[in-house]
Amino acid sequence: MDLLYARAQMGLSLAFHIIFAAAGIALPLLMVLSDVKARRTGDADYVELSKKLAKGTAILFAVGAVSGTVLSFELGLLWPAFMGTYGEVIGLPFALEGTAFFTEAVFLGIYLYGRERIPAGLHLFSGVMVAVSGAASAFFVTLVNAFMNHPAGFTPTAGGPVNVDPVAAMFSPGWAYQVLHTLLACYQASAFAMAGIHAFVLLRHPGAAFHRKALSVALPLACVTALLQPFAGDLEAEHIAHAQPVKLAAAEGLFETQRGAPLSVGGLPDVETGTTPYAIEIPKGLSILAFRDPDAEVKGLNDFPRDEWPPVLKVHLAFQVMVGTGGLMALLAVVTLFLRWRHKAWPEGRRVLWGWLLCGPLGVVAMEAGWLVTEWGRQPWIIRGVMRTADAVTPVTHLAVPFWTFTLVYLFLGAMVVFLLVRQVAGTLPGRAPPSEVAHVH
Amino acid sequence: MSTELWLLGGALVGSFVLYALFGGADFGGGVWDLLASGPRKAEQRALIARALGPVWEVNHVWLIIGVVILFGVFPRAFAVLSVALHVPLTLLLLGIVFRGTAFTFRTYDARGDKVQRRWGLVFSVASVLAPLLLGMCVGAMVSGDIQVEGLAVVSGFLSAWLSPFALAVGVLALCLFAFLAAVYLTAETREPALQEDFRRRALGAGVAVFLAAFGVLLLARGGAPRVWSGLTGSPFALGLHAATAVAAVLAFGLLLTRHFWPARVAAAAQVGLIVSGWAVSQYPYLVVPDVTLQGAAANVATQRALLVALAVGGALIFPSLFFLLRVFQSPRPPFSTPGAGGKAARPMQ
Repeated sequence: MDLLYARAQMGLSLAFHIIFAAAGIALPLLMVLSDVKARRTGDADYVELSKKLAKGTAILFAVGAVSGTVLSFELGLLWPAFMGTYGEVIGLPFALEGTAFFTEAVFLGIYLYGRERIPAGLHLFSGVMVAVSGAASAFFVTLVNAFMNHPAGFTPTAGGPVNVDPVAAMFSPGWAYQVLHTLLACYQASAFAMAGIHAFVLLRHPGAAFHRKALSVALPLACVTALLQPFAGDLEAEHIAHAQPVKLAAAEGLFETQRGAPLSVGGLPDVETGTTPYAIEIPKGLSILAFRDPDAEVKGLNDFPRDEWPPVLKVHLAFQVMVGTGGLMALLAVVTLFLRWRHKAWPEGRRVLWGWLLCGPLGVVAMEAGWLVTEWGRQPWIIRGVMRTADAVTPVTHLAVPFWTFTLVYLFLGAMVVFLLVRQVAGTLPGRAPPSEVAHVH
Repeated sequence: MSTELWLLGGALVGSFVLYALFGGADFGGGVWDLLASGPRKAEQRALIARALGPVWEVNHVWLIIGVVILFGVFPRAFAVLSVALHVPLTLLLLGIVFRGTAFTFRTYDARGDKVQRRWGLVFSVASVLAPLLLGMCVGAMVSGDIQVEGLAVVSGFLSAWLSPFALAVGVLALCLFAFLAAVYLTAETREPALQEDFRRRALGAGVAVFLAAFGVLLLARGGAPRVWSGLTGSPFALGLHAATAVAAVLAFGLLLTRHFWPARVAAAAQVGLIVSGWAVSQYPYLVVPDVTLQGAAANVATQRALLVALAVGGALIFPSLFFLLRVFQSPRPPFSTPGAGGKAARPMQ
């Protein structure tokens, strides 16, 4: 029972943190892009937009920073045997991530409070540094997860790891695919969310200049990432097919090993009967996607010991959600880019705006679902093939107490953040003066 | 001990010293926000918010750096501390979460005084609890009450950090951070009346530090015998204490004569020496008496890789940190009036 609470607490903390971390990576880029546009055009709306995005970044970064601090402690508080034994193997990317996080915090402070105090060029440079170090910190922390999925750089023994090579552990075999997929997801989720918000305003206040410009900053990033992501995901899936075949089998609900395996769309895998009813099967699809060969053999779950199966139904559903939402977003990007090409301007028709409004949350949904695929799919291992999650959990009891406490805290913080962001957007609605900034009048 | 381990141990102590000097002062700022009083109550709070705004996120990254060094270089110590101090560390985390978010929400939830005060209260209460818990964890670490067999903690999850000695260390940490913040704040304003407010607070907190330190010393004899002998035994430690005493007297003297910028330096030196003194007194133990630096250390390849990472990180962090402080420590924009910035930043030198 305590293992369940420990996993739930870690999962909750990560699910919460990921949203803010993604925003901390992508919003600075959008902020810098608007800043550059403001400089080029001298347009006051872009100046205002970069200021708004800076405030959004500040709020989200602060929550991301504290939830990240919680996570760095929770690694030990919940999984002391994992960190106590393998901390020395995987400490390097954590240290580099700490550095990147530090530079992000420093330059965010300069960017937020230095607008009036430092020359314009230096101010923009600070913004660029925030964006770069945000991306770097996502890069390094994803390397840790890649290591947990595909451990490398040490020889496991009963007494712990020997022959440790921290650089080889940091760049474990699947690192490039996972980093690419994750970074794109961060930009995609944030750009879609921003596009959704401004599409919403434009539907109610057609032609509002500020929001048209905001949409024109968000859409290019949203479209590019939505189109690149399926390819990145495919590369990642191909690596998983080789490195973690049981994860792929669970994601696809494939029980029997077969040549020319079909791709299952939808369906509800049933581990009792070993079937996946209600699925639409695309013949040979899985063999082609996973091994680039229509007749390749794909291993099914039955080839693996039962106690090494991940939770099949959960992994399958999360995978379907990720692929489905990713597909919808790519489709919307294609339509939008087509209209952009036809009309030589970003489309503003009500139908497209509705599309962006409805797809606004999908980036976050896809990111969370994808993260669940990778985490549930690795179970029952905390480090695949090396250490089981059950062996890593803390001996401390009554873990229900911290779990419920942090659940309530995160619910409250999430509600607060939404409330504050809504107020930031509300201040830009046509005909409304920006809210008074009491705290900034010192 | 190898050179690598000396350097990494030094880096660990260094990160804690910097956390105390910067993050600790932030906590202290929260304490004075809670205790703001007199005719300039609002001005005091505004000064604290203005001083913290640009730097508070940065100040707290030192803790992350310390934790990362701990689990990268001394993973077994990290595991043992995480188990034995699960409860206070979890409470500390809640304090850190509420402190940071309340400060940000207060800044951006600008809807009049009532909402501001509500966030301010959360911020300041969390600022009082967090240093207490931090100090209690340190107290438990050095007391010798955490007993370990292999990787398993056999002394339970409550006893070590609830001892009178651990509580006394918590109170000392709180007083130290409040003292530090008050001294820093005297040099954050040009307003003489506000300077006097914080000068009085600094002197009061300084006396409290002295009393708390005395209490810790008395309780150490029974509550932390290893530290007691470390504190009173080695000539090196005695030298450190002498230096701490000099810094403390100097800080007091400079406060009394209203030399605020030098007082700031002396107070920082005093706190830095106290944290270093703690580290020296428990050497070679990380968790007294079962976990030593060497016994908890990672393999040599990792040690070297982390040293390189820390060197690269330092080369990036320190210049940018210096830049941040230069931008915000000067009363006037340093670049808009060429030539005036550098001098104006240090009026007392």
